Amino acid sequence: MSPMSAPYAHPYVPNSAPEARAAMLAAVGVTSVDEFYADVPDALRLHRPLDLPPALVAEQDLARHVTGLLDRNRPLAPGRSFLGAGTYHHHVPAVVDEVIGRSEFLTAYAGEPYEDHGRFQALFEYESLMAELLAMDVVTVPTYDSFQAASTALAMAGRITGRRTVLVASEVLPDRRSRVHDFVRPYLDLVDVPPRDAIADLPALLAVLDESVAAVWVETPSHTGAIETRLAEVAEAAHAVGAIVVVSTDPICYGVLTPPASHGADIVCGDLQSLGLHAYYGGAHGGFLAVHDDPRFVMELPSRIFGLAATDVPGEYGFGDVAYERTSFAVREEGKEWVGTAAALWGIAAGVYLALQGPQGMAELGETILARTRYAQQRLQGIPGVRLGDDAVHFREFTIELSGVSPASVVERLRPLGIAPGVPLDDQRLLICVTETNTSDDIDALAAAVAAILEEDHR
Amino acid sequence: MSLPVARKPALRRFHQARWDEPVVFELSAPGERGVIPSQVEPAVRALVGDVVSGLPDGLRRAAPPALPELGQMRVLRHYLRLSQENLGADLNVDVGQGTCTMKYSPKVNDRLAAHPSLLDLHPLQDLADAQGILEIIWRTQRMLAEISGMDEVGLHTQGGSAAIWANIAMIRAYFEGRGEAEQRTEVITTIFSHPSNAATAKAAGYEVITIYPDADGYPDIEAFKRALSPRTAAIMVTNPEDTGIYNPRIAEWVELAHSVGALASYDQANANGILGITRARDAGFDVCHFNLHKTFGTPHGSGGPGAGANGVAAHLVPFLPRPIVVRDDDGTFRLDDVRPLSIGKVAPFYGVVPNIVRAYAWIRALGADGLRAVAETAVLNNNYLMARVLQIPGASAPYATGRRRIEQVRYSWQDLYSETGISSEEIGVRASDYGMHYWTSHHPYVVPQPFTLEPTESYSKSELDEYADVLAQVAREAREAPDVVRTAPHNQTVHHTHHDDLDDPERWATSWRAYQRKYGCGDPGSSPG
Amino acid sequence: MTSPSRPLGPYRDPHLGRGPEPYRSVEPGRGVEPGRGAESGRSAESGRSPDHSRHPGESRDLRRLGLIVNPVAGLGGPAGLKGSDGTATQELARARGAEPHASERAARMLGTLAAALPDARILTAAGPMGADAVREAGLGADVVWTPRSRETGGDDTTAATEALVRAGAELVLFVGGDGTGRDVTAGLIDDVPILGVPAGVKMYSSCFAVGPEAAGWLAVRWLGGGLPTRTAEVLDIDEDALRAGHTEPKLHALARVPEWAGRTQARKAATPVSEAAAVTAAVRGMLTRLEPGVRYLLGPGGTVAELGRQLGLDLSPLGVDVVVDGELLARDASEAELFAHVGAGPSRAVVTVIGGQGFLIGRGNQQLSPRVLRSLAPDPLLVVATEQKLLDLAGRPLLVDTGDPELDVQLAGHVRVVTGPGSVAMYPVASPE
Repeated sequence: MSPMSAPYAHPYVPNSAPEARAAMLAAVGVTSVDEFYADVPDALRLHRPLDLPPALVAEQDLARHVTGLLDRNRPLAPGRSFLGAGTYHHHVPAVVDEVIGRSEFLTAYAGEPYEDHGRFQALFEYESLMAELLAMDVVTVPTYDSFQAASTALAMAGRITGRRTVLVASEVLPDRRSRVHDFVRPYLDLVDVPPRDAIADLPALLAVLDESVAAVWVETPSHTGAIETRLAEVAEAAHAVGAIVVVSTDPICYGVLTPPASHGADIVCGDLQSLGLHAYYGGAHGGFLAVHDDPRFVMELPSRIFGLAATDVPGEYGFGDVAYERTSFAVREEGKEWVGTAAALWGIAAGVYLALQGPQGMAELGETILARTRYAQQRLQGIPGVRLGDDAVHFREFTIELSGVSPASVVERLRPLGIAPGVPLDDQRLLICVTETNTSDDIDALAAAVAAILEEDHR
Repeated sequence: MSLPVARKPALRRFHQARWDEPVVFELSAPGERGVIPSQVEPAVRALVGDVVSGLPDGLRRAAPPALPELGQMRVLRHYLRLSQENLGADLNVDVGQGTCTMKYSPKVNDRLAAHPSLLDLHPLQDLADAQGILEIIWRTQRMLAEISGMDEVGLHTQGGSAAIWANIAMIRAYFEGRGEAEQRTEVITTIFSHPSNAATAKAAGYEVITIYPDADGYPDIEAFKRALSPRTAAIMVTNPEDTGIYNPRIAEWVELAHSVGALASYDQANANGILGITRARDAGFDVCHFNLHKTFGTPHGSGGPGAGANGVAAHLVPFLPRPIVVRDDDGTFRLDDVRPLSIGKVAPFYGVVPNIVRAYAWIRALGADGLRAVAETAVLNNNYLMARVLQIPGASAPYATGRRRIEQVRYSWQDLYSETGISSEEIGVRASDYGMHYWTSHHPYVVPQPFTLEPTESYSKSELDEYADVLAQVAREAREAPDVVRTAPHNQTVHHTHHDDLDDPERWATSWRAYQRKYGCGDPGSSPG
Repeated sequence: MTSPSRPLGPYRDPHLGRGPEPYRSVEPGRGVEPGRGAESGRSAESGRSPDHSRHPGESRDLRRLGLIVNPVAGLGGPAGLKGSDGTATQELARARGAEPHASERAARMLGTLAAALPDARILTAAGPMGADAVREAGLGADVVWTPRSRETGGDDTTAATEALVRAGAELVLFVGGDGTGRDVTAGLIDDVPILGVPAGVKMYSSCFAVGPEAAGWLAVRWLGGGLPTRTAEVLDIDEDALRAGHTEPKLHALARVPEWAGRTQARKAATPVSEAAAVTAAVRGMLTRLEPGVRYLLGPGGTVAELGRQLGLDLSPLGVDVVVDGELLARDASEAELFAHVGAGPSRAVVTVIGGQGFLIGRGNQQLSPRVLRSLAPDPLLVVATEQKLLDLAGRPLLVDTGDPELDVQLAGHVRVVTGPGSVAMYPVASPE
């Protein structure tokens, strides 16, 4: 298979060079590497080469091949994508990419707080910056994504209360709900309390809220971008029956919006992708989990928490694992879920992002997104045949209802213009996402294109 | 005439970077800006007004978050200093992170994964816009199917443990489909398997039965037979186990599991030494997983994102997470998202795309011969290093004495500990003074005073020698200068850290704001000694 | 509540130059002689066994065994007294109906020895301190020491050991417990190896064989010249402190012990900090398995003490207690009391792995006598332990040594050991050979 006829050392495999191999075999006292496989029975051996495409051993050939494939991707021009629904186009500052591209961070794994001090400090700072944004004292090292974060948050609520009902008070991202359902179903039942006008239906919620409820799950901004305005009332009612308030959210809005903890949330969770990560075809997600500094909650957190500690030298900052015995490292299946490779690098990215933005940047960013979301809503709702899906306050995402034309056909007909107007939710609703990367010009172009279609169809 | 430069000593005089860097909050200077976001345009403001003031009562944040205010270069410099205070695998002879397969992550793959067409590609764009990445995902699925012998592969998960979770979730769905969910309530694993097998099974609601090794270090097959019953849903095992010992009766284990109607799930986190040698399906396994960040060369990212792959035999294909990338007859790629028996979504969209690209490129760079060379070299390196380590007085490799190991070894400093009272953990911290790292073991400690080394294929003979020389040196210090070891680290960014505070809820400082609240300090930088 | 003191010193601005740092940087390689770099570590030492020494220049024929029996060893166990040290305790034990079983243990050890080497002669002390048992086994006894009175004590053991060594004993076998081992080592005037035949109540030391037959077998191998020795700790708990609830054994001596993998007791493992969490989890798992109306005989050990803590009961850490439906029926019960309890309704014994030895029955819980255990049928034992305790056995089985070989065989096989909520280990159980 190899294009090279003579034995060669692959650049990634130094000791595959025949000389090194022979010297090492001699040092170990065997004649062939086959002796190392004595325990692998012959019947289990693959007595043929793997059937794989030919090797591209020259880096040039490899790069040309892979680049050739990737060149077939066609991302949209900046600002022309109004796609969200879980992955968002936010601007990624160059410094973020620079830092997480550093080989010391990129290739490290699980060193101790001594030789990997930088990783511990960077993640402690991530926790601390998120803690300020969320107004909560405890944020863990990132988990996989918002799906896992919500699953874990609800599982914690179940363990803490010993109850099994979860009232779902918001319209939750369907994929997230799918994952949460499959994860918690041995010990939790998800019960939907359908929102009214995109926010919690408080009377309906009160009617079913009793002491069998482990948690009330609020998502804000919701799947359709609606901001929950009745969180404080929901939290008060939930706490009255000993239930825990779990809020899944996107931290990007808290430069301008009141964080859920201030309205009574007990566990706040969500995704980090908005904080300095590229869309990456949906492949760059990290989850966060935040609680108050209450041991009942902290001890149920499965992920690692890096804390600040003194060293032998005054003024020196040491770091280490807070309450290490919680983790499944320490007690296997008695741990809360498990600890594994998750999304630490994305946590470092989010920390750098927040350090760059500062309070002013996050406030301005929140205002820009709020304003442009509102601008897009107003531009679109002025088009005959278009109305807003609801009257709630929206951040970044909202739905429009189309009459006379299906959302899917709008998507199809805007493709030639290089505009992705949103994600069809059903035969009527289109989910539109507006971030700071969509300027007023982009929004105007969208509105004009949608208007043109509707006009054409009504003619 | 003597040389103007003396010869280097046998061991390098390492010292880790020490910038004595404050916490980022302490660097704050009011009014400084790191970035400025795109601002609200006049036209927008004219139409919508002041949206922030217009927010409903209570929704507007009362006070801005107390984030630091820093100029852009100050942020950059701070984080670059922290990066220097981190010993990544590129700088380290990182053979001490046993079970984690710390191999070279080729730089070209990082560059390919950062291809501009990937960075801004939205996962819900029209599939016609994503044919390149979809083809890479599909090809990676097919190559991993060949490497595992399985029929289909899913690439959704973001880490090894998440992939193991998907395995047990599929097993659970499989038995629900057969009406056997009530009956099959137990999962069997071995103590040498990665603890996430037990942990995920537990999280999925199963009772976990653990099998211990017999005196030879192989999992006790008699105990396994006693544990099997009609209640068994699955066995979830690693092989070679975390000792580097390959269970030669693995096919018999799988057969025994099948004989009671259970499924067999293979944790292939330790596959690096058996690529192209033996395959999961050929031993009868129904389902397996790989860690792309271990075996297939994607970087570990300081603890993620990694990427997991789930391989399944035909009878489990319907249960794979959705969607799966498929190729149509006309050569176009699409998502098969209509999978009624699927366990559903396990993660957003289609997996850790940058790492899938890296893994694809890694496999393509090596090909079939290269993968076999990887396996054989990883095993050769391991046995070579084992020979070197076992020459160090006080080091041993419990279980299966005298036998060869596959790709890693769980060693013990028990003899050295008995002799000197210096623990494995202390040896490891002192080794870091020489720029080397090692990891002890998962808890509970299956071997006493453990350390787990996995040299992979990436290190040259001289680097393995250097690593062993460091261990020998520290073992010697434990006897001759035990205080030096006990008070380590000496050449690191920071000194011995008082971790006790981190276990007490009254004292732990989980964040800067918690620290300030608990210890009643404003700006520590301003308070003199 | 006062706020905790600040763990970090004030932040030192590195640019302010506050003088020399209060610590010393250590260069790699410090403390190593010049020229002894890493290279020397590669080839210097080949073997790693700490001590494979044999007595040099001796023919196998000349090797001689010495034997000391502590006649009252183990007296306190069945009577629930944690030990047998001191005449007052021994009298109390006899009053509770206990009989010493040291002579029976000695006979089992000597039986194994006699079967292999019928012509062996053994150096020993007079009467119940050894000679009686040697002669009963049909072996030749060379008496080298005689106690001054019938009531023997620790001083007699020490004096007898000294006499055995002076007479040329090259391995001193002793029948007893930790206290006996401590007295034996006090009389070791030379570096002569020892080996304990377990017959005591307290068995923390690692100088014991796992059972009398194993000891006999080791002695045979020793006479054949085929065994290396290792250094073993001789530990003992002050029995008065033990009765007051302190279980920390003290190291009293180091001794050489013939070693054969899997045959000699490992030192009871110290419980690390993280083990506490494991014990808590194991006990939580145990609690979920308790059934109403069943009498649980809670044997001694740290694991079962944690069970008492979680049940909110003041259990005796080293005795056997009886609990039903969360209520404490009997604390620190004697064998006779236990026998009475198990006759009153369905009962099970909750036992744990005792230290690094792997014993479930027969070390420190002799109150769980054969007749008590037989009354617990059909499923007598609920076993709870941490994974670490099982791992410390390094593949060796759990052991039951009830004193009734037939019952031991019945209890052997595999057992589910509860290690936590929803988790068990499937682990082999054997009777000591």
